[in-house]
This record gives sequence, structure tokens and C-alpha cells, in this order.
Amino acid sequence: MRCEMNERPLRVVIAKAGLDGHDRGAKVIARALRDAGMEVIYTGLFQAPEQIVQTAVQEDADGIGLSILSGAHMTLFPLVVEQLRAQEAGDIVFFGGGTIPPEDAKRLKDLGVREIFTPGAPLQTIVDFVRRECGKRRTPEPAA
Amino acid sequence: MPFDKLRMTTTVDRPSGLGAQPTPAFEEQRRRWEAASAKGRSRKDPGSGAVDRTISDVPLKVIYAPQDVAGLDLAEDLAWPGEFPYTRGIHPNGYRDRLWTMRQFAGFGTAAQTNERYHFLLEHGQHGLSVAFDMPTLMGYDSDAPQSRGEVGKCGVAIDSLADMEVLFDGIDMGDITTSMTINGPACIALAQYIAAAEKKGIPRAKLGGTLQADILKEYIAQKEWIFPPRPHMRIIVDMIEFCTREMPKWNTISISGYHIREAGSTAAQELAFTLADGFAYVEACVAAGMDVDSFAGRLSFFFNSHIDFFEEIAKFRAARRIYARHMREKYGAKDPRSWQLRFHTQTAGCSATAQQPENNIVRVAFEAMAAVLGGTQSLHTNSMDEVMALPTEKSVEIALRTQQVLAYETNVTNVVDPLGGSYYVEALTEEMELQAESYFAQIAEYGGVIEAIEAGFFQREIAEASYRYQRSIETRDRVIVGVNAFVKEDEAANTDLLKITEETERGQAVSVRDLRSKRDGAAVQRSLERLQAACRDPKDNLMPHLIDCANAYATEGEMVEAMASVYGRYTERAVL
Repeated sequence: MRCEMNERPLRVVIAKAGLDGHDRGAKVIARALRDAGMEVIYTGLFQAPEQIVQTAVQEDADGIGLSILSGAHMTLFPLVVEQLRAQEAGDIVFFGGGTIPPEDAKRLKDLGVREIFTPGAPLQTIVDFVRRECGKRRTPEPAA
Repeated sequence: MPFDKLRMTTTVDRPSGLGAQPTPAFEEQRRRWEAASAKGRSRKDPGSGAVDRTISDVPLKVIYAPQDVAGLDLAEDLAWPGEFPYTRGIHPNGYRDRLWTMRQFAGFGTAAQTNERYHFLLEHGQHGLSVAFDMPTLMGYDSDAPQSRGEVGKCGVAIDSLADMEVLFDGIDMGDITTSMTINGPACIALAQYIAAAEKKGIPRAKLGGTLQADILKEYIAQKEWIFPPRPHMRIIVDMIEFCTREMPKWNTISISGYHIREAGSTAAQELAFTLADGFAYVEACVAAGMDVDSFAGRLSFFFNSHIDFFEEIAKFRAARRIYARHMREKYGAKDPRSWQLRFHTQTAGCSATAQQPENNIVRVAFEAMAAVLGGTQSLHTNSMDEVMALPTEKSVEIALRTQQVLAYETNVTNVVDPLGGSYYVEALTEEMELQAESYFAQIAEYGGVIEAIEAGFFQREIAEASYRYQRSIETRDRVIVGVNAFVKEDEAANTDLLKITEETERGQAVSVRDLRSKRDGAAVQRSLERLQAACRDPKDNLMPHLIDCANAYATEGEMVEAMASVYGRYTERAVL
């Protein structure tokens, strides 16, 4: 893995949206990313999509991880995608997880959510994903 | 001192104890066993790292023997079923006289859709109803509020006003069934709507039987469905208990819940300790409000999780009864045996279910259900196999209910009361659970009580630590989850047969609540809300009659919450990672 001494660590916002109070997964992921050397900003509960993207932009975050277990994912994920566009932050890596049926996960990925992790996803897989995808954002492919 | 005994050493022998004096022949056998055991080789397969601990990290011996329970006093610690301290159960004949209540939690979409599911469940032999509300209802928002977008009818039924409650119980004899309602922040409003709906059908409130969850303390600790700050919320709960004690003799006023604490990632001992601590906090609040402990304690009930670590769960249930009985009698001075008896509902652990190979969840649920029954539960909800992904389909709900029926009618585990009582292992583990709980009570007391410990983030931190530790043990494959970190099936076909809640529900519900607002007597609503607000400012005025007035005027839930929040404010959490 490439690592430059003067580069600041990857920075990720872990968010809970809507009215869903299930924060076990979000907290575990936040700690795992932190243990993997990243800077993690946990938004706390009940955040509006607008606020989540604003936080990510203000903090110059490389990624946003959204956790939803209330069934509102088909409304709230698209709203975050929309906000990323509206706030010209489409380069922030947007991923998520929760109780999300495979069909819905596919539709969300078509909308631009980079990855959806469901219960049972290994922490290492998630950490590797974030490191890889957010890392790409830091070092864009050189123009051909 | 009632708890001196808890600090006993395991070497004490009691003539009145479970551990008999070892004979020389027995000691000789023990020495031979120790030598043989020492030669054993540790397993090398995945999961072998966790063979010496429960899922909650309680260290385990290879075997338990009389010396491990030598300090246990037969009369004081075990007794007989139906006898203080109820370690062996609260009924003299266990399940022989009466099986547990099979109660499946259900609710989705609109009141009309859920009403249909209720009719289905009652026709298939279910004994009582259990209402699952959607997130906006649980958080006190109407279906057309901006905060409700995407959430209406998704993980429960949307109830905005009395009009929805009437549809929910259409064609169901509310005087005949019992209803459990899982709602906390706005529990007082749901109760008011339920009473109003029944009284419209001519059924007096005194005839209504059921349970309201109404356990706000565990919301701050784990589930996070709060509205107001803890102190005014405690006043609301005391008002409800006081009202039900006076007017609803068949109603269980509160269901003090460990389920969500466990789902949030706690250990078994944390679930046990935090839940009982919450229960004692309610007892103290009611006593402080001038109520006699025996007037209300008999209708407090509990709700626990049944996780996958079989024996630990059984020990937890047994310890819960014993701790509760001791505290209620010794510390709170309750005189009525009913006040000493811990009654509880159990639900199998949602967090033990996996999205991978979902049929395996049927098996997990069966083991967890059996642990609950061996632990002496009074009622049981068995999870459906597909609940990791969505609300359950009718088919999977039926399998879950059939699991309970097989357990009740085929396995014969119901024939003998507390069949594991006297097991060296189960007794030692029961004692361990009690010790850990007492140690947590001491820590909570150091903060000054449950509310102070919540404000300091104590519970939240303890749970976050435990859940992260657990997750790491799965990562390292110390613990095996079949289908997740071992015995994985590649190219697993995705399960697409899932229940879907359409966006139509949200639109329809939003239209109907707006419609209601335009049709009702607006001035009457306004007057009832103003009286509610005034009652919120006057701690001597019980809120319940005012809430029932609001419900009868067809004030919406959101409007009642707004009126109350204008006095109490709203709670915001300092997030603890």
C-alpha cells in the first residue's frame, strides 16, 4: 500500500439519517475505520440528507457511509445522492449499509451509491473498500 | 444484609446447600479426571478460540461440579417454583397449568393492512396481538411531516389519530383479546387512542387487557426513540402508571425492556443489569410520587432478549427473577408476593439472524425459543427468518409461530418445571449473572442513579464497547457464525420473496391525515390541546384524561406531541462512539 508521510489520513463521515435509531452498526463501522487509521466523523442520529452532505463538504471528507435500518433507504439514499450533486461534491465516495434487500441495493448502486453492505458483511471488507475507493479519490488516475 | 451471600466463596459447604460434602471416592475420581482433562488438546478449527467463554465473555470451566455451587442455599437461593425468590419460576406448576402466550409482533403499512394480518394471526391460533408502529408514529410525527419522508408504514403501522386506531381494531373484540403495544416516547398517546377506540365500541377501559412498553429509560440507553428529555418523560410514565392503577385493573402499565439493550450490542449481564436498574428507577419514581409499592408493582412486566448462547440465556432469566424478588422485598419493602414476581416476555435475538442463508435463522430461532421456555418466560415472540432484510412475509411468520407450537406441544420440555434447576453449570452461571448485575448496580449508584448515568453516557459507552468486542471476535473467527465467517455458500441466490411497502402507503396516509384535519371540529381540537398543555405545566394534574380528550377530539399524534414539547422541550443526545 502506498503511503506518503505528509498526507493526512483518509477522512470519512459515518451518518444516520431519518428517524432510525439503530446505531449499533454505524458505531461499529466508525470504530473499525478509526482503528484502521482513518479519521471518522460520526454525525449522531436523525440527520437530514442536506446536513450529512454539508458536514462532509465542510470537513473535506473523502467518503460518506450512511446506515439505515428502518426501511427508508429508497428515499434517503437518493436524497443524499441528490445533495452530493447539488453541493458539487459528487467526488465524495458514497456507500452505505443496513437492512436493505438485494434488489434495492442494486437499484441504489445504479443511482450512484458506490457499495451497499448488509448484515454479516465482514469489517475487513468494509475497511478495505473504504481505503481503496477513498484512496482513489486522493490520487486521481493520471489523464490519458 | 440481603446481598452478603453474593460474595460467598465457592469453597463454603453448607448443610443446607446444593453441593454435597465430597466423599473420598469422589475426590479420587476428580483427581483422575483432572489428569485426563489436562492431556486434552485444544481444537484447531474456527471458533475454537471461544470455547472457554460465553458469547458475553464469561469464562467457562470444562465442567461444573458440586464445589461450584457449594455456597448455594436451597431455601434461600433456589426454593420451589412459586416461592420466593422465584429462581425456579413464579408458578407452582410451571407450564403444566398454563403455556406461555404466543404473541407475534406485527404491523406494517396502513391500519387496514395490519388489521388484515391481525385477523390472520388470530385465526391461526395466536393468543394476543402485538402492535408494531412505524418510525414516525414512534417518534411522534404525523405521516405528512417532513421528518416522516420515506418512513411511513415501513417498519410498522402508521397511526396518526384515533381514526387509524379504530381501523386497526376493526372487527376485533377489544374486550376479549389482550394487546401489547410497542411504543415508548408517545406511549401515553397510543394508550389514550386505544382507550378512546374501545370506549367508542362500548368497551369500558376497566375491561381492557394488555401491555404498553412505555419504557423510556432504555430509549436513552439503547433504542433511541425518545421525544422529551428524561425528567419530564419520567413524570409522564408515573402519570400513566398512576392512571392505570386507578382505572385499568387488567392493564400492564409498563414493559421494562432489555431486548433493545441486547440488540444494541450489550452482553447478557449488561442486558440483565441495565433492565433491572431501569425497573427499579420506575419503582423509585412512583414511590417518590406517593404511591404504595404494592399498589402498582404487580403490574410491572419485563421484556428480555433470547440470544444464541443457550445456557447463558437460561441463567439470565433465572437470575432476573431472583434479583428482582430480593430487591422488591428487601429494598423496596413490597409485601404482596405479586410485587416480588418478575414476569417477562421474550423475543428471539434479531441480531443473531443473518442475511446469508436465511433459512438457518429458523434453526437459531428454535434454539433461542427453547432457552426462553427453559428460562420460564410468560410470553414469546419468535422472529421470522427474513427479518434481517425486510418485514416478514406471511409464510415466514407462520413458520415462526409453528416453531413455538412444536416447542409447546411436541418436545415435552413443558412437562417439568425448571428442568435445568440443580444443574451445577446452570446454577453457577445463574449466580455469576447475579454477581455481575449487582456490580453494575453499584456502578450506576456511583453516578447517582440511572438518569445521571444516562446523562454521563455510561450505558451507551458500555454497550458500544461490548458490541465492538463481539464484532472483532467474529472478524478473528474466534466466534463462528454459520454462513457468515464459516461454511459460506458462494453464489448464494438472493432471496427476492420479500414483503414490500409501497410509497403509495405514505402518500395515502398523508392524504388521510390532511383530510382528517379539515373535517374535524378544529375549535374542539384546539381547546383539548390547550388543556393538555396546561396539564403539562402542572405536575399535580394527571396527563392521561387530557390525552384521552385530545384523542376523542381527533387531535393527531403530532399535534399532541407538539403541545407537550412546547412545555418539555425535545431531547438531543451527545453521541458516544
